[in-house]
Amino acid sequence: MKHTKRNSFRIGVGCLALAALCILPLYAQDVPDVGPHPATPRPVMESHIGKVTGHSSRAAYDYRRYCAGCHGDLGDGNGENATWLDPKPRDFTAAVFKCRSTPTGTLPTDEDLFNTIGRGLTNSNMPIWNSFDDQQRADLVAYIKTFSPRWEKEKPGEPIKVPSEPPVTIESISHGKALFTKMECWKCHGPQGKGDGPSAPTLTDSKDQPIRPYDFSSGRDDSRFKCGSTNADLYRIFMAGVDGTPMPSFADNIQPNDAWDLVHFLRTLQIHRHGKENEVLKTAGGKIPPYVEKQSNIPSIQPANGVSGGGR
Amino acid sequence: MRTCNPCIAVAVVILSPALMLAGTISGKVTYTGTPVKQKPISMAKEPSCEKQHATPITTETVVTGANNSLENVVVYISAGGDESNVPAQAVTFTQKGCQYVPHVIALHTGQELHVVNGDQTSHNIHPMAKANPEWNKSQPPGAPPIVQKFDNAEFISVKCQIHPWMHGWFAVLKTNHYSITGDGGAFSLPNLPPGKYTVTAWHEDYGTQTQDVTITGNETKSIDFSFKAKAF
Repeated sequence: MKHTKRNSFRIGVGCLALAALCILPLYAQDVPDVGPHPATPRPVMESHIGKVTGHSSRAAYDYRRYCAGCHGDLGDGNGENATWLDPKPRDFTAAVFKCRSTPTGTLPTDEDLFNTIGRGLTNSNMPIWNSFDDQQRADLVAYIKTFSPRWEKEKPGEPIKVPSEPPVTIESISHGKALFTKMECWKCHGPQGKGDGPSAPTLTDSKDQPIRPYDFSSGRDDSRFKCGSTNADLYRIFMAGVDGTPMPSFADNIQPNDAWDLVHFLRTLQIHRHGKENEVLKTAGGKIPPYVEKQSNIPSIQPANGVSGGGR
Repeated sequence: MRTCNPCIAVAVVILSPALMLAGTISGKVTYTGTPVKQKPISMAKEPSCEKQHATPITTETVVTGANNSLENVVVYISAGGDESNVPAQAVTFTQKGCQYVPHVIALHTGQELHVVNGDQTSHNIHPMAKANPEWNKSQPPGAPPIVQKFDNAEFISVKCQIHPWMHGWFAVLKTNHYSITGDGGAFSLPNLPPGKYTVTAWHEDYGTQTQDVTITGNETKSIDFSFKAKAF
């Protein structure tokens, strides 16, 4: 450009306009704060899973990269994706966890959290995180423990003892069915375990979100529960209860061997599954015989009245 | 007659409890305005409970009585009292007719709670605690009482998910000086040594109010609480 007075004037006006444009946003409307929130100093926590020791200080990047989108920078389940998710991401600040080997109301073990991350939660947006190595996962477990002060004051609960599984027999399945009726599982899960029991429509979780009981009849051989897929996992689910949901703990009311009978019966509600339990049932003609009580080592509990029982 | 020093000493020892000063704070809790009508509960889904009520019971969010009295208000000493003593006896909370009896209980932190199932159906007892660990237990008919404690002061909403109309409250307090208003809305907080106290009244729907009261001797101080009824 030629250095003329006019051109200098034009440049001056141009600069002023640019400056005005820069200042203008200051007078614009408030923009909602979607974060990121500045990193708050976190307590230092460790985790111990087998031979691996996890350190919370090493997981900050992984948490931010992989977890915060749903679980939130503050671990309270309010990540920016949370609005669109059902079920909602876990709120770590409450230290209430669904999948535990420990009694209801107690903290899970480090291994419980480690397993949940690796296993994911079926029928939810929590992925199967098999992309982490054990050290990364252990570090993340330690990081999760920094979100609630309960981890500093309390020890995890005493893990529920799962005795070795007795053989799958038609008698075991029959007893399991009697327990399903007596414990009134059908009130939420329905007589065929389809999640259509009389109390099912009104269920809400501890954050007041609608929630449905597990539907045993869905799925096939890979049919999984929220908290695992093996018989031992199923055992733990109803003994520990699923905290934060309507599913209570039955540990006070079911003896360990009886619990295995209930596990065997519940597997027969998974009607499309090619498991041992369904094999045994098929061999017995596809019908579960009524349970004949032997020498009673069951605590004397009156059977509930007016129960349909349903099923086969 | 000659002064009997030992007699005087004995008299002082016998009379000294009467010389210990302890006052009482008492009064009534009322409401102003028109409370929302409580809705009748259908227990058709639980026949064994339905038949225990000649007429359907109503929700208990706001329970009122004659002269605008308000029931189920927990009135307690929130400051100024000696808080350390945890009573040895348990407080009982009963499930009867698919209802929690009483609707509100108060207990000290660390005090034992016994939950009893007096019905022919299973219940699950799920105190929705936030400051205390949240547990959820099934209790079949005939099962022994569930025994639990709460370490932190909190007003805990209690529900049964099998019977969604059931609602109750645990007022876990740091004091043994509490009184829950019944029919008539009256409360009484006796055995208060001289001192400055803060009295708090809590209602599950109408909120909390406080008043400061000073006890100087054996007197009974009368204070009242008045809550504004909510439109919905």
